[in-house]
Amino acid sequence: MSVSGMPLDSAPGPLVRSVRDEFHGDLLEVSMGPHHPSTHGVFRMVVTLDGETITKLKPVFGYLHRNHEKIGENTSYLGSMPYTDRLDYLCSMTNNWAYALAVERLSGQAVPERAEYLRIILAELTRLLNHTCLAGFLLHDSGASGTPLMYAFREREKILDLFESLSGSRMMCNYQRFGGCRADAPAPWLGAARALADNFGRFLDEYEELITGNEILMARTQGVGRLPAALAVSAGVTGPMLRAAGVDYDVRKVDGYGLYPRFSFRVPLGAHGDTYDRYMIRILEMRESIKILQEALRDIPAGPIMDPKAKLRGFRPKQGEVYSRIEGPKGEIGFYLISDGGPNPYRYRVRPPSFINLTLLEDLCLGHTVADAVVILGSIDIVLGEVDR
Amino acid sequence: METSEQIRDRILSRFPGASVAFVANPGPAAQHSLLLGADNARAVAEFLRDDPGLRLDFCSNVTGVDWPDREIVETAKVSTPDPAGGPAKVTEARTRRIQPGFLEVVYHLYSMALKHGPVVLRLRTANRKDRVELPSLTPVWRSCEFQEREVFDLFGVVFSGHPDLRRILMWDGFKDHPMRKDYAEPDDYEWEPTPHGDVLAKARRHYPAAGTGGANP
Repeated sequence: MSVSGMPLDSAPGPLVRSVRDEFHGDLLEVSMGPHHPSTHGVFRMVVTLDGETITKLKPVFGYLHRNHEKIGENTSYLGSMPYTDRLDYLCSMTNNWAYALAVERLSGQAVPERAEYLRIILAELTRLLNHTCLAGFLLHDSGASGTPLMYAFREREKILDLFESLSGSRMMCNYQRFGGCRADAPAPWLGAARALADNFGRFLDEYEELITGNEILMARTQGVGRLPAALAVSAGVTGPMLRAAGVDYDVRKVDGYGLYPRFSFRVPLGAHGDTYDRYMIRILEMRESIKILQEALRDIPAGPIMDPKAKLRGFRPKQGEVYSRIEGPKGEIGFYLISDGGPNPYRYRVRPPSFINLTLLEDLCLGHTVADAVVILGSIDIVLGEVDR
Repeated sequence: METSEQIRDRILSRFPGASVAFVANPGPAAQHSLLLGADNARAVAEFLRDDPGLRLDFCSNVTGVDWPDREIVETAKVSTPDPAGGPAKVTEARTRRIQPGFLEVVYHLYSMALKHGPVVLRLRTANRKDRVELPSLTPVWRSCEFQEREVFDLFGVVFSGHPDLRRILMWDGFKDHPMRKDYAEPDDYEWEPTPHGDVLAKARRHYPAAGTGGANP
């Protein structure tokens, strides 16, 4: 062997050989995670690298798996409500609503108007909370350590304070019931929520001024992890990630569940489907959420928060099944329930949006570098409590 | 959107002789479903996706349901005429039969293009033990990829034609399928065979005087 790595007796090649040819090596398999700060929890990616370029990526799940669905089948309908908090633990209010709505459709239960308004208010607050966190985490993942995340968490804390004063818990709210809500919101709470909604736009302005036009963010995210619309639809991608790819599909508009048809809001769409669009969509959705919040807090009627006919004890829905979904902050969160007439569901299934959004992780990351994979994963917005269930 | 019966009729006119059955849902939600035969499920799924009137391009949810064997007791009244000419004697005869169980996979389809849905498809395996193959619909809808893996992992349905059928939530060496109704938990998840028992037994054979085989025999 010669010094350059070429066998001495080989045929004479071109005089100038590129450095890349000289140092062409083997593929390297790296296991990113499960204890990696950028994986947002215990998530692992087995990445095959050619230099720094990803040639293969296999996600590995299950480190947080506790068979949530089996637990749901072995407990009463209401008993699963606190467990739904732990699915996507940033968005317990929307998880609660998705589950309550499924059971209400299974049993034909009506919900009073004030409770519907409260649900919308809490769901939109959850959306603000989730998208703020995402913007912070995405910046954190792309190397802006600390400051943007702390700005985001400052606002998130204000929303969590509202949740705590209403439900008694910051994150594990366990607030919705079949046929209404657990506790009424007093006038001062509504006033505080109104103040938050009115001020949130200013935070977004500040944040956008710092971040949105930032050259480094653009360089790191524009054109990275492009998602074609047709592939996104086929892969069942939902939520902001789907709309960033330019597909106009929002369950709030399509299904019109709750009282959403009464509200005027727009569905922002992306043009490129890259990571930057996924970031921008969240910012624009937050601005629409503020509008919904202001409208809901202005129009919320007085009245009961629980349907008087709702049955709390001995709750046994008739035989049947239902699949019901809502637009959660991460995408379409659905519940599929089969009742055999007993006190427990015969089958209890969660459709986890962040799990299904991960289907395309490999497709998005191929050809990019490891550092890009971290940013792409950050823009998908996963919570492992929901992915692994 | 068309009702499930209309969709069934259209499938039958496109694929004459295909096995498509209507399954009614008695609950208030009234989401009825279509039970497809395993051998033409893939072609029917492609038809549902590509048909311009349906365009069910979005498979939202895939899940399994376990239906174990059920014992069905039927009572029939049998009247035996009285030979003496009195009133006939009526007795109840009970027959027991086992209705064989199966695994079911349920697909919830929507259309993003036409904004309608859901259309519910069901596939059933022949039994719960050895004939658990079903065709994979991952080539039709990519979103089935991880969800079918999950159904394979937790229910034990084997999807033929799936590109990468491995366990997804449980670890690779795990046996059994936890979402089945008759699943029994192991006493100790952490137990695994170690050489220590064998090594100790061998040590005892070598040094019978030492008794327990301590550090200084």
